[in-house]
Amino acid sequence: MPVIEIAGKQINVNDEGFLTVYDEWDEEIAKTLATQIEVEMTPAHWEIIKFLREDFKTQGETATSRRVQTVGGVPVKTQFELFPKKPAKKMAYIAGLPKPKGCV
Amino acid sequence: MTTSPSIVPNFGSESSDRKLAIICSKGNLDMAYPGLILANAALGEGVDTMIFFTFWGFDMITKSRMNDLQFSPAGNTAMHLPGSDMHIPQSVMPAPGMTAIATKMLKKQIADLDVPEVPDFLDQIVAAGGHLWACRMSADMNKLTMNELRDDVEGIISASDFIEMTEGAQLLFI
Repeated sequence: MPVIEIAGKQINVNDEGFLTVYDEWDEEIAKTLATQIEVEMTPAHWEIIKFLREDFKTQGETATSRRVQTVGGVPVKTQFELFPKKPAKKMAYIAGLPKPKGCV
Repeated sequence: MTTSPSIVPNFGSESSDRKLAIICSKGNLDMAYPGLILANAALGEGVDTMIFFTFWGFDMITKSRMNDLQFSPAGNTAMHLPGSDMHIPQSVMPAPGMTAIATKMLKKQIADLDVPEVPDFLDQIVAAGGHLWACRMSADMNKLTMNELRDDVEGIISASDFIEMTEGAQLLFI
């Protein structure tokens, strides 16, 4: 697995660039990841990213868009507005988590 | 340990023109889901997605019926007892109450996976940018108008209208 430099830190990622070590993530890194995929972080973006981080801790897997709506309370429509086109993957990437595994 | 050059996932360009058209022609609970799951997945990948409801698939968007789709194990030789390879004999499938029991079981299995019921699922698909269209011939046969359909159905259109509007799209018939 590659190690790359993000925000001045050595970070483990997979072949696609998703972080592979939960504890290597911090907000500075998230900002850099967001910039790389042309997402400008606002408080609404952070709310979702923080939900994903917390949810992963208890569930052991990345929340799907559906779960971000039903448990995180952010409607799917809003997710598409904040992270256009591919919200689930973009949110996971910025949150330093694996891509969601669930189909729905 | 050496540092590799930066790796950024490819989330595709904003201007991707991939389109998917799904024709939902079945009104059984089990056959309602494949189209919805694929539509939802496509939308999550940034694919412009439209669903055309025809024949029995009309029940998925008819307000008075969409909450009451059912699953019957009759005629389904791939139906096993849950968690086993054992078949239930087809001869018992038409027994009274069997459809209700099977529907209840399937709904529970779907809910356990946090997959929404059909009307909720269509809400989510529309929220994600999906488009719903109803088939003219099915509407005429069933004597249904836009008033009886979900409010987010964009129109009742002919098969040729649908073919025209899905030019260049990949197509799934379910």
